[in-house]
Amino acid sequence: MSHLFIIIAILALALVGFRMGRGRALALVGGQARRLSSLPVYHGGYMLLCCGLPALAMVIIWLALEPAAVRWLVLSDLPDLTKPLSSDRQDLLYDKIRALASRGTGTAGADSFLAAGASHFQSLKQTSLVALAVASLMAATAGFWFAWRRIVPAFPARGAVESCIRIILIASSALAIFTTIGIVLSLLFETIRFFDKVPMADFLFGLKWSPQTALRADQVGSSSAFGAVPIFAGTLLISLIAMIVAVPIGLMSAIFLSEYASRNARAILKPMLEILAGVPTVVYGFFAALTVAPLVREMGGRMGLDVASESALAAGVVMGIMIIPFVSSLSDDVITAVPVTLREGSYGLGAMKSETILRVVLPAALPGIVGSILLAMSRAIGETMIVVMAAGLAANLTANPFAAVTTVTVQIVTLLVGDQEFDSAKTLAAFALGLVLFAITLVLNIVALMTVRKYREKYD
Amino acid sequence: MSLNALNMRTDTDPMATANIAAKIRAVGVDVHYHDKQALFQVDLTIPANTVTALIGPSGCGKSTFLRCLNRMNDIIDGCRISGALTLDGRDLYAPDIDVVALRARVGMVFQKPNPFPKSIYENVAFGPHIHGLADDRAALDHIVETSLRRAGLFDEVSDRLHDTATSLSGGQQQRLCIARAIAVEPEVILMDEPCSALDPIATAKVEELIDELRQRYTIVIVTHSMQQAARVSQRTAFFHLGEVVEDGETAQIFTDPRDERTQAYITGRIG
Ligand SMILES: Nc1ncnc2c1ncn2[C@@H]1O[C@H](COP(=O)(O)OP(=O)(O)OP(=O)(O)O)[C@@H](O)[C@H]1O
Ligand SMILES: [Mg+2]
Repeated sequence: MSHLFIIIAILALALVGFRMGRGRALALVGGQARRLSSLPVYHGGYMLLCCGLPALAMVIIWLALEPAAVRWLVLSDLPDLTKPLSSDRQDLLYDKIRALASRGTGTAGADSFLAAGASHFQSLKQTSLVALAVASLMAATAGFWFAWRRIVPAFPARGAVESCIRIILIASSALAIFTTIGIVLSLLFETIRFFDKVPMADFLFGLKWSPQTALRADQVGSSSAFGAVPIFAGTLLISLIAMIVAVPIGLMSAIFLSEYASRNARAILKPMLEILAGVPTVVYGFFAALTVAPLVREMGGRMGLDVASESALAAGVVMGIMIIPFVSSLSDDVITAVPVTLREGSYGLGAMKSETILRVVLPAALPGIVGSILLAMSRAIGETMIVVMAAGLAANLTANPFAAVTTVTVQIVTLLVGDQEFDSAKTLAAFALGLVLFAITLVLNIVALMTVRKYREKYD
Repeated sequence: MSLNALNMRTDTDPMATANIAAKIRAVGVDVHYHDKQALFQVDLTIPANTVTALIGPSGCGKSTFLRCLNRMNDIIDGCRISGALTLDGRDLYAPDIDVVALRARVGMVFQKPNPFPKSIYENVAFGPHIHGLADDRAALDHIVETSLRRAGLFDEVSDRLHDTATSLSGGQQQRLCIARAIAVEPEVILMDEPCSALDPIATAKVEELIDELRQRYTIVIVTHSMQQAARVSQRTAFFHLGEVVEDGETAQIFTDPRDERTQAYITGRIG
């Protein structure tokens, strides 16, 4: 909490800097803002940035480095151990010390060895906080002083603020990019650990998926199998069913919206379709499980088919309904963007409306439409909730839409819920699945973006 | 003012209207876009196998009139047309007229080249294809080739007929659009400022082409260039504020205009 006070103090100083900088700039020219090379706000803004940015950056870096430094100091200062600890044991020891220190009830009753560590830990924390407060406020004041002295009527504060803003923007986007890279890397490392335990070929080409690891050798399911083919096949089957529902319906609604609906009807219908995408997937899930799945089962029963109560068909159909707006809304946009001159060219040659749409408008919009379909597809592949609720958990390798199947995302969830050891093959398998799934959706997205871009180039 | 204009027209070129068969005749045409009136009582006769130029300041209704002739205005909502418009004596707006067939008879070339994003071949084949003008592939090939030849484009593109049409230069694209219009064997070709997006050399080629096309087709061309109107047309109509102020032989309009507004426009004083 005390860190919060430091940050507030820095911000307050920065605000004071803003007001004073603005005032000083105005005062220097006797209140005639015209004579300044930049508006007074920019002088104020320059003060604010000089004052706040370096100090805040210092706080962030400090907080990032502090834990490692404290840990090193605490551990290296412990009474010499007879034999060097393994890194796992070190972790355990340090966790104990930290727990003791944060208990707050003092170190009474604890092992004296741990108590010494805990009090050292606490004092280090304390020192660090004070040091941070002093250092960051000094940085803020230094920034204040630096900026204050530079404010003269001719100072190009506007340009200086501009470049500061650019730096902030670059930093934010860099943060987003590094986060993504971090996620991918952690997926990658865990996946490599997984492949230490299970051969890559078994994972990629194995036909049997049963990730249970038995506790004793004589239990049922003692041999776990990590063949990912059935669950990728399940994902493919359900996505395929979803696309079979979503693409024709979405495309035809897009054509209706853009070519046939009056302007008023379009203004009402389009947002209504888009609401479909805003319904929480859990709601779709129980709609699928409670309404569609029994319906499918009953209809199948009447036709003499054997339908499982949880079926790929039910999940796929509901998922298809969910992604209709992805197809319809984006396709509608690209169809509407096809220039009127093209349509007129076609009408001018005596084409009917349907011929114009089919032969001129749709081909012209095709890349954009493909883009929208691929986007919907990656949404379908990543969808979990509906499948958990309506398609089941059984990893059947089948192309029968009436059978229960499971998907990659569902398996990741079931692998990770509950208490898990973080180094069992079962848990690590989730990372491997995640990585492959990520690769697939990434490729889909890149292809989608590239087709959309190609389309843009043609008509801008 | 409108009375004056009407009087004028009764004695405009009795010769031309009498001697040359009227291909298209407009009598008392009014056009409204929603509540706004764009054309006022337009009377105009367009003879067959001539080039008729429509000139006038921007916004005076030239495009509006042109688009009435192949009912292109039908696809603009809020556009109402009244008065009589005939093609070969038949009412263009009669209820039993097939608009699609009409547009095949009255082709159109637009201000901005608008080739479809397909191959050059497919662009030209589009019209014949939807109207079933070719029985087989060989016949279609023949139509495409003759159309491209008539549009003076064949030699430039003969080795890349299956390349996408958008890769052509602006002038080539416009001639492709003319070829596309010719391919459905229209009787009339309407051109709305066909050279406004072209450089002088491409313009010269298109103008030359228009002059050749006159042998087979009736051509109505909107243009902002007085020189172009003088070069390519035999007859000229001057539009001003939604009315036809004066129409007649091009030479007469340019050397001896009867209305002072025409005089003012062609000498560059209004516009
Ligand atoms: N789609 C439309 N909706 C409403 N008004 C229109 C529409 N098209 C044209 N108008 C109006 O009709 C009038 C005539 O327009 P038109 O396009 O026929 O002029 P123009 O003579 O072709 O002009 P330009 O030389 O600039 O092309 C203008 O006042 C214009 O604002
Ligand atoms: Mg126009």
